[in-house]
Amino acid sequence: MARAEAPDLPPDPTAAVEAAKAEVPPELVAQSLGQYARAWVARARAGQSGMLPVVAGLIAIMVVFQAISPNHVFLSAGNLVNLFQQSAVFMVLAMAETFALLLGEIDLSIGYVGACGGVIAVQLVQPVTTNWPWWAAIIAALGFCAAVGALQGTVITRLGIPSFIVTLAGFLIFNGVMLILLLLGPFSGFPNLGAQSDSVKVLYNLMAGTIDPTLSWIGMAVIVVGLGALFWMGDSRRRRSGLVAPPMSLTVIKIAVIAAAGITVVAICNVNRANLGTLEGVPWVVPIVLAVLAAWTVLLGKTKYGRYVYAVGGNPEAARRAGINLAMIRTIAFALCGFTAGIGGLLYASYIGGMSNNVQGGQLVLFAVAAAVIGGTSLFGGRGKAMHGVLGGLVIGGIYNGMYLQGLDVQRIFIVTGLVLLAAVTIDALSRRGASSGNSARV
Amino acid sequence: MADSPAATEPLLKVRGLDKHFGPVQALYGVDLDLPSGCVTALCGDNGAGKSVLTKCISGVYQLDHGQIFWQGQPVHIRTARDASRLGIETVYQDLALADNLDIVQNMFLGRERLRNGLLDEDVMERAAAKTLADLKVTTVRSIRQPVASLSGGQRQSVAVAKAVMWNSKLVMLDEPTAALGVNQTKMVLDLVRRLRDQGLAVMVISHNLNDVFEVADRIAVLYLGRMVVQDNLSAFDRQDVVEYMTTGKLGRTAKEAKSGAS
Repeated sequence: MARAEAPDLPPDPTAAVEAAKAEVPPELVAQSLGQYARAWVARARAGQSGMLPVVAGLIAIMVVFQAISPNHVFLSAGNLVNLFQQSAVFMVLAMAETFALLLGEIDLSIGYVGACGGVIAVQLVQPVTTNWPWWAAIIAALGFCAAVGALQGTVITRLGIPSFIVTLAGFLIFNGVMLILLLLGPFSGFPNLGAQSDSVKVLYNLMAGTIDPTLSWIGMAVIVVGLGALFWMGDSRRRRSGLVAPPMSLTVIKIAVIAAAGITVVAICNVNRANLGTLEGVPWVVPIVLAVLAAWTVLLGKTKYGRYVYAVGGNPEAARRAGINLAMIRTIAFALCGFTAGIGGLLYASYIGGMSNNVQGGQLVLFAVAAAVIGGTSLFGGRGKAMHGVLGGLVIGGIYNGMYLQGLDVQRIFIVTGLVLLAAVTIDALSRRGASSGNSARV
Repeated sequence: MADSPAATEPLLKVRGLDKHFGPVQALYGVDLDLPSGCVTALCGDNGAGKSVLTKCISGVYQLDHGQIFWQGQPVHIRTARDASRLGIETVYQDLALADNLDIVQNMFLGRERLRNGLLDEDVMERAAAKTLADLKVTTVRSIRQPVASLSGGQRQSVAVAKAVMWNSKLVMLDEPTAALGVNQTKMVLDLVRRLRDQGLAVMVISHNLNDVFEVADRIAVLYLGRMVVQDNLSAFDRQDVVEYMTTGKLGRTAKEAKSGAS
């Protein structure tokens, strides 16, 4: 019997889906390691490779810069630690930006909001003025940044003004606020972390302070064993209950990769990298970045709030009908974005050893967006992870560092970073077009 | 009052429902019965008020006049939450699925299960798998695949499964087969029959008389905001329904006498 078509139906999103051939992520139905490997290749070809491009990019950066850097210094322990420290600010700011990007929004203000946080902390610990303890200064700085994020989020959600505009205004406002904060106190706009007090030293050591090499090994072992046990127990429980789970061999490989990464990082950091005297051990910034990464990975992946962030980013109407308070989710996301940016600002202040009006907040925010997108987070909302920010931050830090070693000027570094960002966004857009997503038609 | 074709009290009764938007009267004194274990097709041309009636029952719109009876008791459904609490779920045409989330995540969206403050994926995955298995939705390869990778019929099935998962007693489907191919349509209609066999009351809004005659037990026809006829499937032939939908009455006097509508 011929099926009569109703003539006046509105265009339905399912039509686009039906037209595209349904692509099941192959690794979901793969049962063995071989099938997984094939599935992975198939996905990479389809442009849905997740973190694959950024990992490939990182390897390419390492190979190229190691080959061309003077005296092949790029992969030396000293430079690698330096590279991580340079990348850390990008990584943390990218993780901040991830909250906005997941909702399909953007926060352009985080560079200067984070810088304000840095200035607040640096000012408050100065022994000659307020002389706050380091923890109070950090709480004040992060509280300020979170409050700014919440305020901007409120304006965006309650007044319905696009985040692009609100945070562009925030970009200018907090550039001004930062300059005002810098001028407070007797430091002529250049408060620094050179004073001899414990609180100042803690802030200074956020970036450069090192953990004793033996402690570094122990800490790494605890983290690797803990994560390994978590993955192992989780995956085997799911396998026993007959739920969707990777094969045991893949779990083993996952744990082995984590262990190898941990051992490599600690081994590199424990090399004496000083020209004179001793400088060894894992810098504090490594566990700080890992802690932010762990916290936001759990928040986004394992909690109700995180699930709602993805839902709002993927289909706000579906989220609304599911009874989710969209305004609340968005406002909290902007607050978390500001909070995380504050951590980035603290690391920045620690890296520079103080704050000055030289902070390039605009450049920082663009690098943060670039890092998140290069790492695999979608500009269109609904797809992304904290890990993407870390990997993308490493790519940008790697390019920066490698070209700096070549003695290249900042203008060339900008051009290359811009091209890498363009490539990453292109991959994002193409993979969306390739994916059989009903939403892609709307973007 | 119209006699219910079902012997027992229908699960949901609408009596004398009026609804207007400003000066525009959308529904005039509409009566509707939705018995359990029965697929009722709500037919009508564009603008007949099908969607408005559905939204009044599902709590999106408030009634101006009239009363809704749920299991014989008068109820006030003010929000979609109220409707869910009674066991009324609606699957709208746009399905309201988040493409970037997988099937389990979509089915539990807004009602996630937690353990120690974190999402309990194992419990949710098992419950989702059981619901899909009960509905014999077997064509999806993995319930952990994102909804974006599903076909139109599969998406519709997931949306229906999401709706019936919460001890629903009445499921209303808005144009469930629009924009689906022949095989996908068959799959969704099978699913509708299975809901009925599980004892749910099902209301299907449809333009498509092929689908209506294939799946419905009862037919209700709206014409310009009035319920012009409501009876068992056997009381109609296809031509009757078309006439009711387009003119609000039957031209043939014999039929008119038989169905008792005017």
